[in-house]
Amino acid sequence: MIGFDFDVAHLLAGGLVLVSFLLLYQDRLSALLNIFALQAFVLSLAVAWQAYVQDAPHLYVTAAIALLFKAIAIPVALHRMIVRLGIHREIETVAGIGLTMLAGVGLVALSLVVLLHATAAENALAREDIAFALSVLLLGLLIMVTRRNAVSQVVGFMSMENGLVLAATGAKGMPLVVEFSVAFSILIAFIVIGIFLFRIRERFDTVDIEALDRARGGNR
Amino acid sequence: MTLVPFDPVLAVLAIPAATAALLVLVPGYRLSAGLNVAGSLLTFLVTLLLFIQRSPPNSYVLIDDLNIVFIALNAFVGFTTSVFSASYIGHELEIGRLTPTYLRFYHAMYQVMMFGMNLALVANNIGLMWVAIEIATLATVLMVGIYRTHEALEAAWKYFILASVGIAFALFGTILVYMAARPVMGEGYQGMIWTMLVAHVAQFDPELLNIAFIFLLLGYGTKVGLAPLHAWLPDAHAEGPTPISAVLSGLLLNVALYAILRFKLLLARNPHALSPGPLMVTLGLVSVLFAAFMLYRRHDIKRLFAYSSIEHMGIIVFAFGMGGALANFAGLLQMTMHSLTKSAIFFAVGHIAQVKGTQRISEIRGLTVSHPLLGWALVLGVMAIAGLPPLGIFMSEFLVVSSTFARAPVLAVLLVIALLVAFGALLMRLQGLAFGEPVGSVAPVRASYVPLFGHLAIVLVAGIYLPPVLVVWFQHVAQMLG
Repeated sequence: MIGFDFDVAHLLAGGLVLVSFLLLYQDRLSALLNIFALQAFVLSLAVAWQAYVQDAPHLYVTAAIALLFKAIAIPVALHRMIVRLGIHREIETVAGIGLTMLAGVGLVALSLVVLLHATAAENALAREDIAFALSVLLLGLLIMVTRRNAVSQVVGFMSMENGLVLAATGAKGMPLVVEFSVAFSILIAFIVIGIFLFRIRERFDTVDIEALDRARGGNR
Repeated sequence: MTLVPFDPVLAVLAIPAATAALLVLVPGYRLSAGLNVAGSLLTFLVTLLLFIQRSPPNSYVLIDDLNIVFIALNAFVGFTTSVFSASYIGHELEIGRLTPTYLRFYHAMYQVMMFGMNLALVANNIGLMWVAIEIATLATVLMVGIYRTHEALEAAWKYFILASVGIAFALFGTILVYMAARPVMGEGYQGMIWTMLVAHVAQFDPELLNIAFIFLLLGYGTKVGLAPLHAWLPDAHAEGPTPISAVLSGLLLNVALYAILRFKLLLARNPHALSPGPLMVTLGLVSVLFAAFMLYRRHDIKRLFAYSSIEHMGIIVFAFGMGGALANFAGLLQMTMHSLTKSAIFFAVGHIAQVKGTQRISEIRGLTVSHPLLGWALVLGVMAIAGLPPLGIFMSEFLVVSSTFARAPVLAVLLVIALLVAFGALLMRLQGLAFGEPVGSVAPVRASYVPLFGHLAIVLVAGIYLPPVLVVWFQHVAQMLG
């Protein structure tokens, strides 16, 4: 049974890394959001499986947050937002896709080498989980670095955070995991609202901002 | 044994939290500014009680000789800045840059930020410390963007994104520390309590601890403003309200530094873990060198001093990285002096930018002629921050350099070069700002001189005479930092 537990956890964590790769090369915003929803869904499965394996019922809460908030609420809200802002077809990648994928492979290799070596004393499940989690974290960072659009940067950040949740649930018996995921959800909600307000300011309130600039006597 | 009928630690947290809640409800700028000052003063007075009565550490809070220095400094500068803020914000309201609604929000956020910083400093749980630093950061992000100009929003966004990456790295490091602790200490809360971690850290897996420290150093280092991760800092300083620039430079950077020091102490107790010193020395030195050269190309007065903050945080991290009793002592002294001097400079700069209506260095000239008190205060402040004797920073920088010369002459030479470059840049800018024919508005300014000259007086006195009590205390903490 231990073997089966391990295999499923491994499959789900590995799936998360795979979906991170899918995120890397999406060149339309709406597709990016769909893949992100898929990633959050896989995460919620992975967390729920950890809750079952570790017999830690509070992790089901984290899984539920991942499912309801990150896989459903946030992607829906962002979809509506990009349509309203008229940027749902846009995407800008700084480096070429091939190069980005190569960098992604490098990052995953790096995290596997570093963490599998360092956590030799841990049990296999925690080892692989934490190594996959670091991969997801670094891939999320790569997304943030290669994109300029605010929405795709947020997707990158949320993907980093998915890696963190995977790491926290993989560390058996870690306290405060649910609190961390709630705190991050609030943070993300803040960011999303922020983008929305930011864009609106840029588009509709230009007059207001010019008035403020005059009061300051120039821009700088 | 108890001299005070209540637990001062709880009061240090409860007062800012309660004041914040009250400020949300109170309308009117005068009342809320007054409440902000009163709340900050009360917090500062209560911190002084910590020196006479401290409760034993429990699973949430810890008071020891190290963090008491940070807390007292934090509360003091928090209080003086609230006094400055009262006069600064009044002017912003008059010229219509801020509306009463935003002011109410601003004052509440000020206390939320103080609460977050105090919680981070007293936290004994590394998870709690992480959450607290996030609270403080979020509050400052909101305040940086408060003017709603394009630049302010952009600065807030940049700060937000970079701070979020820092957040993520720091949390990953925290998780790794827990994973390292688990095989030794078992599952559950004890694996995150700092005092218990320190007691058992010698048996942790050193490799896991090493990786954890690197993540923590990068994560919290982002907030300290160390060189490759500093990009948010100048924007956040330049575009937000000046009182926020003062507390960012004077306090929030210190709080993040404190988190790094705590984890450095943890690593120092594990004989097989890497020594954190060289990493910190490298990051510190790179920051000093980078910032020193960047100082030459600044055109915005607040950005200029923001880069000077990067330089000084670099010196402090360098000093703590070198380690040993003398360098740690110098680092502590440098940190205290920098907080006081830099916030004083921002007080002066805030009033100057208000009266001149600009932050461009080229449009500000001859301050000592048009506004003698403000102008000379700025001269004094810049002389102090540049490290001229007999002011306090000269002494701490001298100690850093001399203790480094004895152990690593090459590093000391690099550090001295950077210090001289920064010195030149600051004096060159000061020349134009303070002397010559006045340019721009010469209208009289209603400044709050008490916090400004109060800070400068402390810095001056500390450069000439350090009270023995303080010396003994700092020496003791320096020993503790190893």
